[in-house]
Amino acid sequence: MADMANKAFAYAPAPESRAVVDIAPSYGLFIDGEFAEATGGKVFKTISPSTEEVLSEVAQGSAEDVDRAVKAARKAFEKWSALPGAERAKYLFRIARIIQERSRELAVLETLDNGKPIKETRDADLPLVAAHFFYYAGWADKLDHAGYGANPRPLGVAGQVIPWNFPLLMLAWKIAPALATGNTVVLKPAETTPLSALFFADICRQAGLPKGVVNIVTGDGTTGAALVAHEGVNKVAFTGSTAVGKAIARTVAGTDKKLTLELGGKGANIVFDDAPIDQAVEGIVQGIFFNQGQVCCAGSRLLVQESIQDELLDSLKRRLSTLRLGDPLDKNTDIGAINSAEQLARITELADSGEAEGAERWAPACELPENGFWFRPTLFTGVTQAHRIAREEIFGPVLSVLTFRTPGEAVAKANNSQYGLSAGIWTEKGSRMLAVASKLRAGVIWANTFNKFDPTSPFGGFKESGFGREGGRHGLEAYLDV
Amino acid sequence: MPTTVTAHGNDAATRLKELADATASDSALRRFLHGLPGVDAVGLEARAASLGTRSIKTTAKAYAIDLAISMIDLTTLEGADTPGKVRALAAKAVNPDPTDRTAPRTAAVCVYPDMVATAKAVLAGTDVKVASVATAFPAGRAALPVKLADTRDAIEAGADEIDMVIDRGAFLAGRYMDVLEEIRAVKAECGDKARLKVIFETGELSTYDNIRRASWIGMLAGADFIKTSTGKVAVNATPANTLLMLEAVRDFRALTGVQVGVKPAGGIRTTKDAIKFLVLVNETVGEEWLDNTWFRFGASSLLNDLLMQRQKLSTGRYSGPDYVTVD
Repeated sequence: MADMANKAFAYAPAPESRAVVDIAPSYGLFIDGEFAEATGGKVFKTISPSTEEVLSEVAQGSAEDVDRAVKAARKAFEKWSALPGAERAKYLFRIARIIQERSRELAVLETLDNGKPIKETRDADLPLVAAHFFYYAGWADKLDHAGYGANPRPLGVAGQVIPWNFPLLMLAWKIAPALATGNTVVLKPAETTPLSALFFADICRQAGLPKGVVNIVTGDGTTGAALVAHEGVNKVAFTGSTAVGKAIARTVAGTDKKLTLELGGKGANIVFDDAPIDQAVEGIVQGIFFNQGQVCCAGSRLLVQESIQDELLDSLKRRLSTLRLGDPLDKNTDIGAINSAEQLARITELADSGEAEGAERWAPACELPENGFWFRPTLFTGVTQAHRIAREEIFGPVLSVLTFRTPGEAVAKANNSQYGLSAGIWTEKGSRMLAVASKLRAGVIWANTFNKFDPTSPFGGFKESGFGREGGRHGLEAYLDV
Repeated sequence: MPTTVTAHGNDAATRLKELADATASDSALRRFLHGLPGVDAVGLEARAASLGTRSIKTTAKAYAIDLAISMIDLTTLEGADTPGKVRALAAKAVNPDPTDRTAPRTAAVCVYPDMVATAKAVLAGTDVKVASVATAFPAGRAALPVKLADTRDAIEAGADEIDMVIDRGAFLAGRYMDVLEEIRAVKAECGDKARLKVIFETGELSTYDNIRRASWIGMLAGADFIKTSTGKVAVNATPANTLLMLEAVRDFRALTGVQVGVKPAGGIRTTKDAIKFLVLVNETVGEEWLDNTWFRFGASSLLNDLLMQRQKLSTGRYSGPDYVTVD
């Protein structure tokens, strides 16, 4: 048996099996219910960011492919939108159940392609994906009662472009409300994480979804640009960077396309001196290190009341020292890989600027694997509003710590950002919580928690974080002609 | 007078002085306890649940099973306890697995005061301790002299450890100083002859804020261990209340340098559960608490499940309840 002589409780490797997922060597585009090669036959490789191993080759969709996909969606729209809501709901419920049945396979796939820990794909991404389809399935036959008058009409074909940080979850946020309201879709997954969307295409076939209702066109930014600009598209939905969002807004301006954008953020996590400290520390960790900080609503700015700064930072550093970084497929891994070399370079550059501008950098001692893209969970103290790391979205596991003296100063600093996606408030005093929340200019405000998601709750931004809401009853509006 | 004490990095001597002030009067103690940071129940339970998803396999599991066995206070606290029953239990504590003498011994046997001498006779010459509940266990509804006599009786019979219950009535009525002074009195009775475990009966205190306050009362009064429950009420040890108490002993040591042990008791029946508690210890206070001087399980049926899992690991197959002893 085990040697008990003064040995630390070291967890043995507990890898989730890769055998549950069968990745084909290559994938085509999913158009009109069939997989087909791209026009011109161009492909690109998708790799596992934790090992740099090539997982598969994926078709690079051209403008002609986008055109074919939009035409297929247009053709399917007539029948799909004419179906009674209860019939559309049946397909969505079926998709939700298949996702639940295949959740282990999809969780492993997502972890391989994205680099995030299996703990997160298993316990957060996949349950939320299924929940989103279940939720909007429920709306499909109740649209008359959604507050938009009797028989609200769908828009037509939705062109949807999603990011790489929550590949399947962002797909669900886009596709579920679109289908529930009677639209058909052409979706372009992110270049670095196309696989789960292609598996979703298979799920659509498994569910018997009519051809052309969902089309998946993989590719890079040019493919997305072609989709957004296509004149057959009635609705554009984009989640991603603010820079690309602005370009899309320019493309769409002057057309009759309806647009929703969910862009960047620089969320303030405000900790008052009467906060539940141990839970606040957990919330800070959840806020900035969940998904390696590659979350648009991350709590990347910690605003801590100056009177408890030392105490809170000691607790936080102690807690960060227990984070387990490594193989994302290991069930005990807390911090996985950064999604791409490009993203890692951006995080590195911004973190270096923090040091250069005079902030103090701290990271726990932890070994980084040799291959793949990795970044230590890092925090900066002595950060001011003027530092780049307090203003620009880093989209990585880097926390900027700022202090405040009064609630008024906390609100002023929290709102002093080009973004306005999320914020957190930590206090045991209910009246303070409500008073501060009402003054924050952010789409999502969490109180004594952070990064909690639910399909019933609308999500979206203020200012340069975008417009339109996803989730909840509000999420229907983006896909209805109202 | 500090309003909050969670304790890191500040001058320890000053803080210790402040702690003495905290217990100087009833109102000072109340202010101190009410100044402790609040507990967000949802967040606490979420953290405990999240640590519960750790996957402990192979060598780590073998280590955890042996560690858990060595941390058990093997307990019988029934009106129907007899010398025969107690002797059998004590024999099991020394040789938990009759088919495998490499199985570690349990930490202690826990009995009522009148059974201490019986247990001690079996355990003499081993390192298995005799723990005795005292102070009118489990309700604690008796006068202080009776409680002290109960404690003295157990120690004179040979108890190495005393598991006392706090006066929950006094706590819930806000008479914190009465609770503290009673613990101090029992501690004085224990002297250097017995280590004192202080049972809060967390199920009766009900709120996490109360459990944190009770933990600080116990530690300020000189408890060697803080313990969740008697095992006699509906809600006993849970991952969340144990996590909270681990945070309390962590903060107390950071402040004073004094290490206090933690004992969840009641309701922990399976190996899977026990391992979850060990993960809580490992990731909250670390390996300095990972031995039976500082962490215990108050349990009885847990031992057999640990032994069956242990046999499974060493032989590769499940044995079943007929291959462990019924005591």
